[in-house]
Amino acid sequence: MTAQEVEVDPVGAGQPDPVISVRDVWKVFGPKASEVPKSPELCALSRRELMDRTGCTAAVRDVGFDVAPGEVFVVMGLSGSGKSTLVRCLTRLVEPTSGQVLFEGEDILAADEKRLRDLRRNKFSMVFQHFGLLPHRRVLDNISYGLEIRGVGKAERAKRAMEVVDLVGLSGYEKSYPDQLSGGMQQRVGLARALAGDPDVLLFDEPFSALDPLIRRDMQNEVVRLHREVGKTMLFITHDLSEALKLGDRILIMRDGKVVQVGTGDELVGAPVDDYVRDFVRDVPRANVLTLKWIMRDPRPDDVLDGPELGPDVVVRDATRAVLAAAAPVKVVRDGELLGIVGDEEILAVVAGQEADA
Amino acid sequence: MAAVAVSGVDFRRPSRGVVVALILALWLALWAVLKGLHTLALGPAQLTPLHQGLNDLNDAIGASRNTNPLFLYFFNEIRLVIDEFVILVQSLIAQPAFGRPLPLIGWLGVVALAAFVSYAAGGFRVALLAAAGFTFLGLQGLWQESMDTLALTLSAVLIALLFGIPIGIWAGLSDRFAKIITPVLDFMQTMPTFVYLAPLTLFFLIGPASATIATLIYAAPPAIRLTAHGIRNVPGDTVEASESLGATRAQTLGKVLLPTAKRTIILGVNQTMMAALSMVTIAALIDAPGLGKTVIKALQTLDVGTAFNAGLAIVVLAIVLDRVTTAAGTRVERARQNRNPLAAKVRTGGLIGGGALTAVAIWLSYTYVWAAEFPSDGEIGGSIAKGVATATDWVQGNLSGITNGVKDFATLVLVDPLQSVLTGSPWWLVAAAVVAISVVLGGVRAAIGSAVCLGLLVATGLWQDAMATLASTLVATAAVMVLGVVVGVWMGRSSHADRFIRPVLDAAQTMPAFVYLVPFLALFAASRFTAIVAAVVFAAPVAIKIVADGVRAVSPTTVEAATASGSSAWQTITKVQLPMARQALVLATNQGLIYVLSMVVVGGLVGAGALGYDVVAGFSQGQLYGKGLAAGLAIVVLGVLLDRLTRAAAARTGRA
Ligand SMILES: Nc1ncnc2c1ncn2[C@@H]1O[C@H](COP(=O)(O)OP(=O)(O)OP(=O)(O)O)[C@@H](O)[C@H]1O
Ligand SMILES: [Mg+2]
Repeated sequence: MTAQEVEVDPVGAGQPDPVISVRDVWKVFGPKASEVPKSPELCALSRRELMDRTGCTAAVRDVGFDVAPGEVFVVMGLSGSGKSTLVRCLTRLVEPTSGQVLFEGEDILAADEKRLRDLRRNKFSMVFQHFGLLPHRRVLDNISYGLEIRGVGKAERAKRAMEVVDLVGLSGYEKSYPDQLSGGMQQRVGLARALAGDPDVLLFDEPFSALDPLIRRDMQNEVVRLHREVGKTMLFITHDLSEALKLGDRILIMRDGKVVQVGTGDELVGAPVDDYVRDFVRDVPRANVLTLKWIMRDPRPDDVLDGPELGPDVVVRDATRAVLAAAAPVKVVRDGELLGIVGDEEILAVVAGQEADA
Repeated sequence: MAAVAVSGVDFRRPSRGVVVALILALWLALWAVLKGLHTLALGPAQLTPLHQGLNDLNDAIGASRNTNPLFLYFFNEIRLVIDEFVILVQSLIAQPAFGRPLPLIGWLGVVALAAFVSYAAGGFRVALLAAAGFTFLGLQGLWQESMDTLALTLSAVLIALLFGIPIGIWAGLSDRFAKIITPVLDFMQTMPTFVYLAPLTLFFLIGPASATIATLIYAAPPAIRLTAHGIRNVPGDTVEASESLGATRAQTLGKVLLPTAKRTIILGVNQTMMAALSMVTIAALIDAPGLGKTVIKALQTLDVGTAFNAGLAIVVLAIVLDRVTTAAGTRVERARQNRNPLAAKVRTGGLIGGGALTAVAIWLSYTYVWAAEFPSDGEIGGSIAKGVATATDWVQGNLSGITNGVKDFATLVLVDPLQSVLTGSPWWLVAAAVVAISVVLGGVRAAIGSAVCLGLLVATGLWQDAMATLASTLVATAAVMVLGVVVGVWMGRSSHADRFIRPVLDAAQTMPAFVYLVPFLALFAASRFTAIVAAVVFAAPVAIKIVADGVRAVSPTTVEAATASGSSAWQTITKVQLPMARQALVLATNQGLIYVLSMVVVGGLVGAGALGYDVVAGFSQGQLYGKGLAAGLAIVVLGVLLDRLTRAAAARTGRA
């Protein structure tokens, strides 16, 4: 679930078919928006210049990525970088200006209204930053709203809603109205509503930004637990790096509507592509994120090679004790092949936060 | 213009005041010399070609009413449908119908129904209030008049909501439509109420249809506005959540938007109801039946007692309608808070039991005369009228020294001089002065607007009457602003004062305009001054509220800083709070003007003369019809002129 446990190949080769595949998606707000993605000249402009030239805001610019089944895919970026717009393009709550969004191979942008409604009713669900609950309905009726609009019978609705009430830990609050609940509880209702329809994909748009830190941590743990229990594909938006690292299998960093880097947490920390990402990950406790493969070095002739062996994906924090305890450097080995070695010096550099950029 | 724009802010503002003062001084000097020249006076019975032309148009329309296809297939159809509808509602509760000597539902049934509906919509307490209020109407001896007013009000409200709520929903959903409809609503609401009565009668004849349509026009905007506002204010997340779950547009509207906006929409219904009641009473001028007619007849014969009794009935009706719709709005909230299952059971029981009782009461009132015809012959109303008449006589006999003193002082010192300058100057001098002031206050564009308005005023042929009305309007507005600033600042500075005064102002605003006339008629008899006072009382609440909110909106930190640097309360008010609330002051003046103007015609009923009288006379005398129409137009033009001028000045102060 978390970055440390990832077993898949980070580059993405050899993965199963993606659930969601986004290609060259643009979303431009403003007059004559559709002209922008077509014109190479306009595409080349920065967001600011485009605004000055045409009065258009390019919220999402040429974004592409794949999400694997069961994966938690995080999109991260500063305020205004286009995250919300991007996630809304997936189910066409915001109509993309151009590009392609495939869900299990089906082109969502080509779907007619009815098909789109079907997809929204059965395949996707979304959790919102400000909850988006209906104030005039009780918790239970809020949760079963999605089933109601599908035309599910009353008794069945109530039964299914009760199941998810238990799942998200809302038992005892079914009869309350949203304004009688705390923010954390309200977001549980939002979560339950999204789960009630048993969707394939859950979309989260900064669901915990409006909550205070302690409750936010609770809710993050809740999402981790739910992912373990129901194993759904999740696309999670946040502007909080620690949240991204905690939840995300892979993280996409956006800036001014563009993709800057996609990768696992340790890739972002270990090999940031530019200063923007480097700045982003500056304050991360590196020992918790980096794995041995990022800090190992080639053996030198004078190294003694009889130390213990560890895998390349072991997190530095977990390896610290073993490395420091061993008399000789630890060998980083995959499938019997020696990839490199890690000594006290490398470990201490990370733990003390002095490691030079990889 | 350019020079003004470049010169510094510090220099410009005082200089504008000086320039205006200079213009006024010059005007006065010229007036002293040119007095009486080119005043465009017109005698009460005199007509201009325009007035004659409008008369002819009226006759021509009257003649072609049954031949012209536009009338045959459009206006007449509308009139018929509305007439039928109103007559249906009237025959239910107000007028004899279907060969019966009495309406279908008699007083007992109506009282029971009113109580039941109030219980269902609001709760037990408003149900009691409704029953008591309606019974009181009967005791006043005004049962049938009240029911006529109620029938007309309800018909107009129903039709207004039938159109208003869908239009409001549309405006809430579509930005483009909202942009189109907003200025239309502004126009519908700022136009002085009486003005469209006359043109409407051209198309729909004098009678209930015209009254209902006039009421519709006046009363629909709040419902439209508040519905749109409610829909628009549903949080975006909530709507998106519904869409993201695959709801159709209809589902999102029915299950998310409307329920969430319900409270705001009910508030709109409340305001529409109050506006309708107010307008229905005024529509008595074009022969709408009901309490308004009683008031007007009494006003015309200066029978203060009867006018008061009927005015009181209007107030009672207003209070009941207001309380019930307000309670309906808050019930939504209370039901949610109340988690006691017993309360829900009691309510269900109450609804079933009350429904059964109401059905019985309706049946009784349908079948038996005692339950149909209100059993009192209005002794209570009679004694109210007599008591008031006696009190009025006493006041006029014993306090005439004081009341006449006040009246004469204000008239001689304020109204007369202003009026003689405005009506005595050559028209071109007034026009030149107004245009010059417009340039100074609002720039060239404002001046062009003013020039057009002045030209139209001349064209109506009622220049001198318009100037007399303008004089009264200006005096009344000045008084409104004095009240507005004094009370508004007080309320803005003391939340204690605010808590006490605001409900009074709210109540005053829900009262139909007519009601204000009665007590002042008692005190001051029929005169220009009476009309001015009534207009001031009518317009003051709005102005006070705007000023109070403006003063309150001044940042507390700024006020604190002023206090900390040792300003006295007076200094804080004059140097910090009022200057910072300048926008609010200008807005208050603007609204004060509009409200005062909308009372001009009502004032015409109690001796205000000038345009108000012209309009009233136009309704009652055929040969003055065209003149009345032109007078209505002149009021609108005056309104537009003053509105534009204050707005332009406001925009300037805003930028300064
Ligand atoms: N409906 C719209 N019309 C015009 N511009 C829009 C619209 N919605 C978003 N934008 C613009 O697109 C850009 C991206 O907005 P978006 O809401 O997607 O950012 P975000 O990354 O979600 O930010 P935040 O963290 O604040 O939620 C912003 O510059 C925003 O102003
Ligand atoms: Mg966002």
